[in-house]
Amino acid sequence: MNLLEGRRIGKRFGGVQALAGVSFAIAAGEIFGLIGPNGAGKTTLFNVLTGIYPPDQGAFVFDGRPLAGRKAHEVAAAGIARTFQNIRLFANLSAIENVMIGRHAKTRAGVWGAIVRNRRTLDEEEGIVRRALELLDYVGIRARANDPAGSLAYGDQRRLEIARALAIEPKLLALDEPAAGMNPIERVALGKLIQAIRASGITVLLIEHDVRLVMNVCDRVLVLDYGEKIVEGRPAAVQSDPRVIEAYLGRPRAA
Amino acid sequence: MRFGKNPWIARAGVVLIAITLAVLPFALAQVGTAWVRITNYAVLYILLALGLNIVVGFAGLLDLGYIAFYAVGAYTYALLASPQFGLHLPFWVILPIGAAVAAFFGVVLGAPTLKLRGDYLAIVTLGFGEIIRIFLNNLSRPVNITNGPQGIGGIDPFSLGEFSLAAPQQLFGLEVSGPIKYYYLLLAALIGIIVVNLRLQNSRIGRAWEAIREDEIAARASGINTTNIKLLAFAMGATFGGVAGGMFSAIQSFISPESFVLVESVMVLSMVVLGGMGNIWGVILGALLLSFVPEILRWTVEPAQMALFGRMLVEPEVIRMLLFGLALVLVMLFRPAGLLPSAVRRRELAERAR
Repeated sequence: MNLLEGRRIGKRFGGVQALAGVSFAIAAGEIFGLIGPNGAGKTTLFNVLTGIYPPDQGAFVFDGRPLAGRKAHEVAAAGIARTFQNIRLFANLSAIENVMIGRHAKTRAGVWGAIVRNRRTLDEEEGIVRRALELLDYVGIRARANDPAGSLAYGDQRRLEIARALAIEPKLLALDEPAAGMNPIERVALGKLIQAIRASGITVLLIEHDVRLVMNVCDRVLVLDYGEKIVEGRPAAVQSDPRVIEAYLGRPRAA
Repeated sequence: MRFGKNPWIARAGVVLIAITLAVLPFALAQVGTAWVRITNYAVLYILLALGLNIVVGFAGLLDLGYIAFYAVGAYTYALLASPQFGLHLPFWVILPIGAAVAAFFGVVLGAPTLKLRGDYLAIVTLGFGEIIRIFLNNLSRPVNITNGPQGIGGIDPFSLGEFSLAAPQQLFGLEVSGPIKYYYLLLAALIGIIVVNLRLQNSRIGRAWEAIREDEIAARASGINTTNIKLLAFAMGATFGGVAGGMFSAIQSFISPESFVLVESVMVLSMVVLGGMGNIWGVILGALLLSFVPEILRWTVEPAQMALFGRMLVEPEVIRMLLFGLALVLVMLFRPAGLLPSAVRRRELAERAR
């Protein structure tokens, strides 16, 4: 069963066609890779998917329902959580507060509950803290729970972003270059984390430049170039596809 | 609230503060009833500063027209409890109405400014504050609603049956004046609003405000409906302003648009910034300093100059503005996050300075 379908997604910024009618489908339980040279439209696809920009044409269907016209927080609440290429943590808040904020859509307490602190609110608050600690533990940074997010090491910040995204209890986790800036050891650990997330039943959409990581963890890969889909398929097949090699390296001089 | 590691010291501290606050008005009355009144106005300013702190300190939305909500609350009270329309509703009916009307105006201001931040938001809110004041100034024709620049007088004091907060009274052999009674009412309101602020700050809503202040896009991607949460900040801040305005109306018994000029908005914002944006205790300190120092100057500058030079060289008002400017410059230079900064705000400013 397909969890997410993109149907002829198009997005233009002035004279730049960032996405030109891209269609794809992600099956539930997959790790789906999205690759392509710089400027191919990968992050734009993420931003359109998560409701930060509206698409100019086409629509996404998620879990059987169209996402058209939904705002970013509605997309998140519907079950699509994301991380950002250039890390967008709440840098001055503690790590645990970052994850607690991720619980927003899954909790209810309003102004009145906050003021009177009734049983329900207190229980909910306790649940938020407990879940946030579990998630910090899950991504391996529980020891840093009370440190300001901005003071964490780069790799830990990426992990914290994943924990905050998982706090929404997503069906689809969209990771935008999670390995960027990580050393080889951290990358291997990240690959394991992504596989563990999939094993827990969450579908993963992964933008990544690190070829080894993509080859190791992705079930299928979509290659974008100049906003167009050029190939979709298994990593090994995609890797040796001449169109992909051309997109990355250019046309061989003597063909 | 943490006063220290030893719970007994903490408890003793709380008891000491409580006793001080309880006997304070009688001590001040020995110096002069004027000082009780000055204290009351200081508490009103604290209420205002705490309300503005929700918008500016928690949610990070710069509001330069906050005094408008104070005006809305004050005029709501005045219109419903004065000879202006011949209405004399009891205060416990009007205060919630005033709070609701102010909250409504908070949303009215918030809705069109949702996409604005920083300087742009400041300009629009500044304009909003002026619009409200100019409306109050001109709503005397063709139908006289606000009585224009003449203002509204004869506003009812708070009263319950025969008991009026304005009239002096003998209680347990003590002479309890009107201002002293209002002091206790204001103190109760202040404690209530401090508790509400502390609880809001450490709640799901408070965290959502912080998230918006830190990074709006990440907040949205984390499932926060930024539109509603921002409007809620405006409405909550405005509610506090409206309640404070109603009390101001009753205490003054006369209000006019002159009380709600831009400088008042700037004053309240300065209290928040000087004391420490986002930190409730800092904001209270800022409001106390900016309310009391000018009064102390007023009572000391003139005698000091008379004694030194035999005549007045500089008006207290001039010295007040001079010191006020100097204080702001010094605080910005040496404690940019305020006198008692919140831990989070301190990090934010350090980050921006890098």
